[in-house]
Amino acid sequence: MSTANADHDHPAHLAHHFDTVEQQFDSAKLGMWVFLATEILMFGGLFCAYAVYRGNHPEVFLYAHHFLDTFWGAFNTVVLLVSSFTMAWGVRAAQLGQKNILVLMLLLTFLGGVGFMVVKAVEYYGKWEHATFAGPWNNAFFNEDGQFVHPDKLEDTVAYGAKKMDKKAHAVAHVDEELGLHDTDAERLVEKETQEEHAEQHEAAEAQDAAVAAAPGPPLPTDHSDFKPAHNGPGGLSDMFMEDGAAPEAFVAAAAASAAGHTFVTWEDLDNRQKGLVSQFFQIYFMMTGLHGLHVLIGMGLIGWILFRAAMGAFSPAYFTPVDLVGLYWHLVDLIWIFLFPLLYLIH
Amino acid sequence: MSVIPKPAVTDIFGKPVDEQKADNYLTHGRGILSWLLTLDHKRIGIMYMVLVLAAFFLGGVFAIVLRTELITPNETFFADATTNNDFYNQSFTLHGAVMVFMFIIPAIPAILGNFMLPLMLGAKDVAFPRLNLLSLYCYLAGSAFFLWVLGKGVLNILFPTLVGVWGGGGLDTGWTFYTPYSTDSTTAVTAATAGAFVLGFSSILTGVNFIASIHMLRPKGMGWFRMPLFLWALYATSIIQILATPVLAITLLLLIAERTLNVGIFDPALGGDPVLYQHFFWFYSHPAVYIMILPAMGVISEVISVFSRKHIFGYGFIAMSSLAIAILGFLVWGHHMFTSGQSALLSAVFSLITMTVAIPSAIKVFNWLTTMYRGSILLATPMLYAIGFIWLFTIGGLTGVFLGALSVDLHVHDTYFVVAHFHYVMVGSTLFAFLAGMHYWWPKMFGKTYSEKWAKIGFWLIFAGFNLTFFIQFVAGSQGMPRRYATYPDQFHIYHVISTLGSYVLTVGLFVALGVWIHSLIYGRQTPANPWGANALEWHTTSPPPHHNFNKTPPATDPYDYSHWTYDAELDGYVLNEDNEPEEAEAAHA
Ligand SMILES: [Cu+2]
Repeated sequence: MSTANADHDHPAHLAHHFDTVEQQFDSAKLGMWVFLATEILMFGGLFCAYAVYRGNHPEVFLYAHHFLDTFWGAFNTVVLLVSSFTMAWGVRAAQLGQKNILVLMLLLTFLGGVGFMVVKAVEYYGKWEHATFAGPWNNAFFNEDGQFVHPDKLEDTVAYGAKKMDKKAHAVAHVDEELGLHDTDAERLVEKETQEEHAEQHEAAEAQDAAVAAAPGPPLPTDHSDFKPAHNGPGGLSDMFMEDGAAPEAFVAAAAASAAGHTFVTWEDLDNRQKGLVSQFFQIYFMMTGLHGLHVLIGMGLIGWILFRAAMGAFSPAYFTPVDLVGLYWHLVDLIWIFLFPLLYLIH
Repeated sequence: MSVIPKPAVTDIFGKPVDEQKADNYLTHGRGILSWLLTLDHKRIGIMYMVLVLAAFFLGGVFAIVLRTELITPNETFFADATTNNDFYNQSFTLHGAVMVFMFIIPAIPAILGNFMLPLMLGAKDVAFPRLNLLSLYCYLAGSAFFLWVLGKGVLNILFPTLVGVWGGGGLDTGWTFYTPYSTDSTTAVTAATAGAFVLGFSSILTGVNFIASIHMLRPKGMGWFRMPLFLWALYATSIIQILATPVLAITLLLLIAERTLNVGIFDPALGGDPVLYQHFFWFYSHPAVYIMILPAMGVISEVISVFSRKHIFGYGFIAMSSLAIAILGFLVWGHHMFTSGQSALLSAVFSLITMTVAIPSAIKVFNWLTTMYRGSILLATPMLYAIGFIWLFTIGGLTGVFLGALSVDLHVHDTYFVVAHFHYVMVGSTLFAFLAGMHYWWPKMFGKTYSEKWAKIGFWLIFAGFNLTFFIQFVAGSQGMPRRYATYPDQFHIYHVISTLGSYVLTVGLFVALGVWIHSLIYGRQTPANPWGANALEWHTTSPPPHHNFNKTPPATDPYDYSHWTYDAELDGYVLNEDNEPEEAEAAHA
């Protein structure tokens, strides 16, 4: 096909199955838009899931979102907006053949991505430290003795969760016997705890089981007496953040907002069921920001790649398709964050 | 034809092509890498064909296992009821999952679509050949997950101690992965959903490619309403693929997250809503039914017209009804959930919209019938499959109206009535159209003739076997036989015996069809460029096509105008009238 290209005096970047450069460019752009539509649909599904969960448990979200730092969320929003601007400038520079400006703009955009991810990493690390991280590393609860309790062990979920674990335990029990294992699936589910805590929790779970079995009707006690946080701060989780027991600034600010007419939900306002679901706010937060973060990383990879090519002088006003497409992708990644930020950080 | 000792490759005018110039895509490159790294849509289509047919075989094995289990009312394979039921559950789950995700969804678009779409556009390739290859590898990777699930399940049965080492294998959730059971199941749900997720990428990439190709690569003279209807069908299919598949992707991701990370979107114990899973799942999977059926309808539109030697009737209606089905298909998912506890108002609305899908479907059927009316019908194998399709699709479609009716569905929900209905649509329609397309385009794809006699025997076995298997299930279902049970009361015995015997006949028929193809590849004679006298652009090149598809870009004319082709008895095919060499061709080339 290279000979064919030579015959027809085609530009090097024109693939053999296109007639003209314009046709190739338009095809690529159309393909990218169609692909972005799939991305929007995918995040749309995730937003739907978020909306249903929040609609079912509004207080949980009202309460738990205070543990996200609005300042850094807003900061990251600005970072991404600026990087979108530099990206757009880069595309313009590519169109005009301004190679140096293109390289500079791509570099700035890439740095914007880095900045975003660094802030995100700091936020994630805070969650990790306070055991409000994703997956099994989320122990957002503690009982009266100040011990963390895994969500599966919460008393209002015990009826369901216990059954679930029993079944898994049963399924592998005979195998474990054969292999001389005593670490069942059920135990693996509540990993990350020390052995003593383990034993205590089993006792606690058994006691709760007994209580559930004894009490007819809904197994939930309606008063809050048996499930109090260790310290009664403005939010039950606050002492995980403040070693000295002082309320986090976010709560002070939120309390002030409350006085100004906004609803402000504290740990005390939640019933036991809702307390049991607070960890889910973080799980959903990690699901959404994690998937978005993955897209940011992919975008940074793409920007790095066209940055390298731009520095090599691969683009000209006649050919800048990759710059244009990566730009579109980067704008979409920004756009999704514009939705994520208020949905997760600014809940009223 | 017997007068020609060694039939040569002939061009569209019936003239032999110079041996040196007789380049075709099959011989263009040699060696395994020339296939594995090819960007040629034709080779990618052929590789898809091999993989998808292998998946079909695998799904078919499970089908035979199911039907054999059901030949007695009690446990058939294992004396122990629990073992037997587990085995049955896993078999029907893998049957469904493999058939849906690995066979029916890719069958027509990925094999016939990939091969034919650029040819029908008079183009050299799809818009994004690299993405096309990537989609093939996504398919391969997704399938590998399912093989892993299956292999693990088999090994766990053989060596039970392995369960403790690497966890449960197999899959027992049903192909729908309904929560909360799929969250709890100890089988390899995570790997299976990951597989379906990756297969979804393959589907999306194909959709993106087709949309861009149809928009951008149409040749001069081919306006939107001069496209072959198969392209309209693929276009509508692609729209569904790109809009619905990502929703399945996020649903499966959330399910995986629920199993591995305790994200409780669907888990009631964690405040989630299991019915939300059903909404998400069917938001994809109802449109997915149209991913299966729309390309099938496209194939039928081509075949019916060509073998009736008559212009397609109601072109605009057929084209627009594809789009209408694609759009309406997004608004009816709740008809799978009439018994889920969704609000009665919602159910009524879904029921109503479901009924409206019958309108564009019926428009197509009536247009096909009108096309056949007073045509000079040639009952060649593709036409037999196409007529079989109309027959079976009508049964499948009309029983769909029963199921869409809210009050009827409450009775027959999860019975064999539903099983029979969707097999009439998925197998009776999509499989038949796939086979129609395979027999129709086979001479183009491989440049070889096949045994018409044995292909017809295959058709009749498949047609009889299919109806024997599934028609009786309407009766069993209306009598109350629930789906997904390994054992059943004696009163249903006769239905199941008939159904199982039918499935054996169907299997024999499918193997006959496979035998015909293999025989053709080895012993088939060279076919002319246009054995059927069709006029869509894929017939305006040699069979099999050269690497670059066309030695000279053909002019785009009305694809259903057959008047310029004359039958040549010596070639046993059609040749383009010399005087019809239009000057446009020169213009297009210059
Ligand atoms: Cu449906």
